[in-house]
Amino acid sequence: MSVVNIGRPTRPNLIAANEGAAPSAVPATLTGGRGLLQDEPLIFELGGWDKTGVDLPEPELDASDLGDLVRHDAIGLPGLSEPETVRHYVRLSQKNHAIDLALYPLGSCTMKHNPRLNEKLARLPGFADLHPLQPASTTRGAVELMAGLAHWLTTLTGMAAVAMSPKAGAHGELCGILAIRAAHEARGDARRRVLTPTSAHGTNPATAAQAGYEVEEIAQTPEGRVDLADLAAKLGPDVAAVMVTNPNTCGLFENDVIEIARLTHEAGAYFYCDGANFNAIVGRVRPGDLGVDAMHINLHKTFSTPHGGGGPGAGPVVLSQALAPYAPLPWIVAGADGHELLEQATGPAAQAEGRLCAFHGQMGMFVRAYAYMLSHGSDGLRQASADAVLNANYVKARLSDVMTPAFEGLCMHEALFDDRWLEGTGVSTLDFAKAMIDEGFHPMTMYFPLVVHGAMLIEPTETESKAELDRFVEALRALAAAAKAGDVGRFKGAPFHAPLRRLDETQAARKPKLKWAPPQ
Amino acid sequence: MRYLPLTEPDRAAMLAVIGAASLDALFEDVPVSARLDRPVDLPGFQGEAEVERQLSRLAAKNRAAGDGPFFCGAGAYRHHVPATVDHLIQRSEFLTSYTPYQPEITQGTLQALFEFQTQVASLTGMEVANASMYDGSTAAAEAVLMAHRVTRRAKAILSPGLHPHYADTIRTLAHSAGVEVVRLPLGVDNEAAVIAELGPDVACVVVQTPNVFGTASDVTTIGEAAHAAGALMICVTTEAVSFGLLKAPGAMGADIVAAEGQSIGNGLNFGGPYVGLFAVREKLMRQMPGRVCGETVDAEGRRGFVLTLSTREQHIRREKATSNICTNSGLCALAFTIHMSLLGEVGLRRLALLNHQQARKLKTAVEAIPGVEVLTPRFFNEIAVRLPTAAAPLVDALAAKGVIAGVPVSRLDPYAGLDDVMLLAATETTQDDDIAALKRALTEALV
Repeated sequence: MSVVNIGRPTRPNLIAANEGAAPSAVPATLTGGRGLLQDEPLIFELGGWDKTGVDLPEPELDASDLGDLVRHDAIGLPGLSEPETVRHYVRLSQKNHAIDLALYPLGSCTMKHNPRLNEKLARLPGFADLHPLQPASTTRGAVELMAGLAHWLTTLTGMAAVAMSPKAGAHGELCGILAIRAAHEARGDARRRVLTPTSAHGTNPATAAQAGYEVEEIAQTPEGRVDLADLAAKLGPDVAAVMVTNPNTCGLFENDVIEIARLTHEAGAYFYCDGANFNAIVGRVRPGDLGVDAMHINLHKTFSTPHGGGGPGAGPVVLSQALAPYAPLPWIVAGADGHELLEQATGPAAQAEGRLCAFHGQMGMFVRAYAYMLSHGSDGLRQASADAVLNANYVKARLSDVMTPAFEGLCMHEALFDDRWLEGTGVSTLDFAKAMIDEGFHPMTMYFPLVVHGAMLIEPTETESKAELDRFVEALRALAAAAKAGDVGRFKGAPFHAPLRRLDETQAARKPKLKWAPPQ
Repeated sequence: MRYLPLTEPDRAAMLAVIGAASLDALFEDVPVSARLDRPVDLPGFQGEAEVERQLSRLAAKNRAAGDGPFFCGAGAYRHHVPATVDHLIQRSEFLTSYTPYQPEITQGTLQALFEFQTQVASLTGMEVANASMYDGSTAAAEAVLMAHRVTRRAKAILSPGLHPHYADTIRTLAHSAGVEVVRLPLGVDNEAAVIAELGPDVACVVVQTPNVFGTASDVTTIGEAAHAAGALMICVTTEAVSFGLLKAPGAMGADIVAAEGQSIGNGLNFGGPYVGLFAVREKLMRQMPGRVCGETVDAEGRRGFVLTLSTREQHIRREKATSNICTNSGLCALAFTIHMSLLGEVGLRRLALLNHQQARKLKTAVEAIPGVEVLTPRFFNEIAVRLPTAAAPLVDALAAKGVIAGVPVSRLDPYAGLDDVMLLAATETTQDDDIAALKRALTEALV
């Protein structure tokens, strides 16, 4: 079936035909609104100081028993009726871009479709209205679900065990590195360094530092991979772990990964894999077969729990046999009546690294991720990772004659470009990205990884159709042509058509204003 | 597969553009020995109805809190969340958006975060709040690490009323950071015991009010003592509704507030996702962990919001960052903000009073049972009771009769010697006949 393009108002060539219509020629509105986009004040400016949108019964008792513990000062919280509240937040919502609106090519972030079935199931009272400390006899289904998810995660990764409680990717990294630390300490082997490539996510060095390690960078080859010679030179008896993202942040599979693991183990260190990009290889490669000792899995990336404007996530960590004894509490263990939670460091969990958080982890995310996995099945997951890689390579192939790929050849789930092709145009990566906003797309990840100049990292994901990819590619090709044709104004001031123009981030940081204050 | 838009002709056409022979050929960089040539041994794809049936069966094996009398608290509380909250957070533009790195097209999320930060600062009585942490326990652990950075001292004193899971979380994180943790034995009403542990090497004291036993206390003198010794006072609260009735931590001298925000806008969810509230004095602002949203203007001078002070954060500062946190609890923070905006001060105060009222009724009911002693002197919505028998088996026995009586302290800390102590919470969702049913069941079991 072919896509009918007739009459599509955002077709790039129509925009090109329309150039020269500078926004300044458009009269400003009188209210600050822009068409359907309202100029919406803060909740504190809507005057609800004595209102509430929640009907509650009149209390029968007072708080006289609390004496001087009672708060008498004004708290400073406005309230609004239900219709006013709905309108306020719906108006705000319309100022957001979202994966439900268009391709959202943020490399390394994996913005894929979020199935609504998963939302529905996470809201079943049997999951959503369940207290973490209810008697075990009343939560068997929840623990069974956790065990089921754990089984899928260990099977897909070929690993011995999984720690379920970490609340996001970075929390999972910490979990893995603390397990590594505990394993070394159990042998009385104090080690002080963690090695990680220059291209690593910022969370990797931050995690290692938070776990009390010194961080040293491993060089990268011209082909965008870990430099084995540099790794070998830096490995030593004081290295606790090597942290490598695979596929890496350049969108490339570390083809020497087995050798990286071998060298790491030979030095007595553990191999931590940042699993942020596991979505590229699910069902096709098991990290356990590569020699990985620990890897977090971002359920909000690979298994599609919604990003929600910045969270919540979930970051279970799969562990090798060597590290499994140090997994944090709680553990899921087999019991007389099925699976149980082991919440104390006793029995098999005697060496547990402690707790990483209260309770048992992100159950709401577990339900969504499990529903996603069951829906795909093992065959569907394998197809999904192939389609993610196919989509990225298709975008790369279709843009490589107008933009400069950072590395030649095939990529995995994301395509990395540098800014050589912008040289002499007067347009920067940032300008180009902001102009994409005017065309209706969220920018790609910019200036990351740090090893590539003016990096543009595009991750389309498998849930984009070929038609949407073509629409995206045509938009970028039109923009690239405009940049090369000297249409600098289109880029320097962009975005022109977004709810706001470019924001002054310097002012925000110099004189931080982090909350609303009543006008003086 | 319903989530995958590509058709076989699409794939063939795309492979031709790429110049690859097959999908498998795209994985040429993977070492041959590590390539799986068939799906792993797990079930195949299923339709929506099948998945729904399978998960609904699992959900049905659980007894939802709302299915009958229910009194669990201890860090997670069952409140009524207005339907509006859940509807609004499911709007595509909020639900399926990423961290607001491009402020021009994420003003919805950013303005809501700015509202959240303002609400959290007001509730806690503090000057500045961040855009959320994972939950209350990790917020508390980050607060201890922050106190270590600020004071350059390496010892933290944890109060007798601090939630044991929070204490465990703090200890895990502090250990690797080289911070010594002194954990005082569990005690119902003795937050001030931390004062005796102060010394020139102490970075912070961590106190909780209401504490894990439900005890509400004025910690002003603890703060004064801590400050005199050059230490910070970190105040923990696990029940955010209490801010509507009890004196704010900021008014009692807190330097950092680390609280659990689940009670407002968020369900129980078997323990997560929740939302950590993190608020500080203004002078400590640049040492905060996590994301922060700030006000600024756009190129046309219009007010707008951006993520700011990012030079503290991991993506800029890497190993020198104040924390490794990246993803936080954005959508839970939004739920908090929307619920708070519906309540307003009027609604929050009434909600808090109703919680307190139901807990007073609960206390009156259980203390009338022979052999049951209420230990908590002053409380918000939760009390600890001493039973004439071990709490855990009693809770199990009552659960079998449909009454979820509370949380045995032994579940949180089996080594505290408090096997006969149970924690019971009441909220506005607790009905008078729930309390009557609990009283009947407890009386039957004990007498």
